[in-house]
Amino acid sequence: MPSMDVNGSAVEVDEEGYLSDINDWNRDIASALAETEEVELTDSHWEVIDFLREYYDEYQIAPAVRVLTKAIGKKLGKDKGNSKYLYELFPYGPAKQACKIGGLPKPTGCI
Amino acid sequence: MSEIKKFVYVNRKAPYGTVYALESLEVVLIGAAFDQDVRLIFMDDGVFQIKKDQNTEGSGLKNFSPTYNALGDYDVNKIYVEKESLEARGLTLDDLMDLTYEDEDDDWAEKSSISLVSADEIRDLMEDSDVVLSF
Repeated sequence: MPSMDVNGSAVEVDEEGYLSDINDWNRDIASALAETEEVELTDSHWEVIDFLREYYDEYQIAPAVRVLTKAIGKKLGKDKGNSKYLYELFPYGPAKQACKIGGLPKPTGCI
Repeated sequence: MSEIKKFVYVNRKAPYGTVYALESLEVVLIGAAFDQDVRLIFMDDGVFQIKKDQNTEGSGLKNFSPTYNALGDYDVNKIYVEKESLEARGLTLDDLMDLTYEDEDDDWAEKSSISLVSADEIRDLMEDSDVVLSF
């Protein structure tokens, strides 16, 4: 198993860099994961990441991007529930990158 | 845009013990991205897949039943449960999870996705579909 160094301790990740155990996750690990994705985390990023973690907690899956967009729009407002906004935050795919940083598995249906 | 096909997923096996139920659910969620007309049938032991209050502690398996609640978000809202299968197992609709969706055309009113149907109606549903996937 590959691992990633966060503040001196090793954290297990899979071959694509997703966290092996979602329970390992914390904000420091999120920041380290964000660095590997070249994303600089702002409050707007956290909002999406926290939303995804809550979604996962409730449904046990990471939502597809279409579902994420709709759900974000409902929860955080229409101006945020569109792919332009989400792609600005996570240029290489909001579902994929935000899930990775959030310590969640790769979204179901993500190729 | 290609023609919309009618897909029906037939779920007939108990949720744990084999991988069919989970595989079916994943295929449905992945397939939902393709804007087809999707229906789900739960019959035989498959009705246990959407039973309330599942607990997999002790088996060491992941309880994936909460994921059925996400189907509405994926616009999968035509779920048919065979009446005879429920009755044969001493179950009623009240024993099943409240799977719902929000109706876009009705001011996002929350509605039940589940319909209780007879074996005859299940047969008609399959007859009426372009693609039948059995799990």
